[in-house]
Amino acid sequence: MDLASLSTPTKEHAAASGRPLVQIRGVSKQFANGTLAVRDVNLGLGTGEFVSLLGPSGCGKSTLLRMIAGLGSPSSGVIDWPTTGHDAGGRPERDLGFVFQDPTLMPWATALANVMMPLTLKGIRKGEAQDRAARMLALVGLKGFESSYPRELSGGMKMRVSIARGLVLKPKILLMDEPFAALDEITRHRLNDDLLELWWQEKFTAVFVTHSVFESVYLSKRIVVMAARPGRVMADLDVDAPYPRDELFRTSPEYAHLCRVVSGKLKEAIGS
Amino acid sequence: MTALETQPHSHASGTDSEARPVFATEPRVLGLPASAWPRILAPLVIGVMALGLWEFAVWWNAIPQYILPGPILIGQTLIADWGTLSSSLWITLKITFMALAAAVIVGVTLAVLFTQSKWLEMSLLPYAVILQVTPIVAIAPLIIIWAGDINLSLLICAWIVAFFPILSNTILGLNSADHNLINLFQLYGATRWQTMRYLKLPAALPYFLAGLKISGGLALIGAVVAEFVAGTGGSASGLAYRILEAGYQLKIPRVFAALIMISLSGIAIFLATSWISHLLLRRWHESALKREN
Repeated sequence: MDLASLSTPTKEHAAASGRPLVQIRGVSKQFANGTLAVRDVNLGLGTGEFVSLLGPSGCGKSTLLRMIAGLGSPSSGVIDWPTTGHDAGGRPERDLGFVFQDPTLMPWATALANVMMPLTLKGIRKGEAQDRAARMLALVGLKGFESSYPRELSGGMKMRVSIARGLVLKPKILLMDEPFAALDEITRHRLNDDLLELWWQEKFTAVFVTHSVFESVYLSKRIVVMAARPGRVMADLDVDAPYPRDELFRTSPEYAHLCRVVSGKLKEAIGS
Repeated sequence: MTALETQPHSHASGTDSEARPVFATEPRVLGLPASAWPRILAPLVIGVMALGLWEFAVWWNAIPQYILPGPILIGQTLIADWGTLSSSLWITLKITFMALAAAVIVGVTLAVLFTQSKWLEMSLLPYAVILQVTPIVAIAPLIIIWAGDINLSLLICAWIVAFFPILSNTILGLNSADHNLINLFQLYGATRWQTMRYLKLPAALPYFLAGLKISGGLALIGAVVAEFVAGTGGSASGLAYRILEAGYQLKIPRVFAALIMISLSGIAIFLATSWISHLLLRRWHESALKREN
């Protein structure tokens, strides 16, 4: 039986995937109240990767994600975007989408108008924005719900709208902050499957913050295990299971094995 | 293999859309939702009963009409004096609506400016509060002296009373836009104007409308109170002036007729602002939705 293995990525591996999209070097973040949220994180996020940041609450994974997005800057260290252009002020033109833990939709706007929002802000013509947003909604499986208001949608559907909004500008990287944590298991499994399919089709880099071992193993090519107080990287694991992954993978012994290994690493991280 | 093994199925179909919330759709009677009728009929029945009792009490005790006229006499006066009263009503309503419009324009503009600059808010908001807490009756005479024109001073008085709820509610609304959405707008490099136009103003709409509902009634009260203060010294002939005039002449049925017109105007303004609020919020805001459990 060909068991998928977990391995710590080597220098060669990183080199093989070319220059990383985002290079995090020696990043620490201390809040004004003195809390050291993140300590000395070094991480390269390669193009087309699916990376999960896995850790207990308080390990700084969300803080790290927000810093990658440019919401809050590191206290020390740099987050570099080697392959993207920089604006006049020297800030990288981050080409990213962000999905929050809550769907964070504008309640006064229809699903279509919510997905159109990034396009509108970029000054794209209304007609074109409508077409692109409608296509994106169809892609996340919400064809026919264009004129529904967020209140009329279920939790899972709202999250789909949120993902569509994150992807509508075709960003190079999609950052997701525990997007499915509040959903029931059946809905979460479906969204996991659909997210993987989207990632496979659209070929963006995905960074996925989660505290679920099962979710991270199912989705990721690579899992970064983090520990809390202070938040730091404990392990960087490759998940060598082939895509596409589906329900069969979820019920396979190799999946169970991988989950066991990652759980062990997470326990080490919590215990440390 | 375990007994638990079943056919692998990739998707449990339709879990998402079946989890959508259910909204109530009501049967309609004579164009209104069925549940609206008790809310209209119950107070109506009470009102008719009270009027009947009033008429009876006046007749039974033979109360003279210069002390308490019965509802029928008041109704007759309303019809007989309709010419004078309706033109006075028009004057009062004109001041009310102009004051309300000014309150909306100044209130919203100041609220937007205040949320753009903390300094502006810190330095000016206390004065708005002072304006609000000072009794209008006390400063109305001064305003009448300073403004010169009586209509202008009535407008200013009504505006002072009406503008504060709009200002404070709109400020609260502009500041309560979802923090993550503000972050998201930041991520997409939204300008201040875009954030205002697409995020903060829509988020403030329910708060503004709540303020408008209060201010609508206050503008009317402000207009009437100011006219009372201006009294016979003014050339205006709004409803308050008619009440004063009729009071001096002991035409008490006419006082009541004018009073009823003011009350009905207040109710109409409240209904109109509620209706506007409902129209603007019914698709999305929690307050306008009816859920079925």
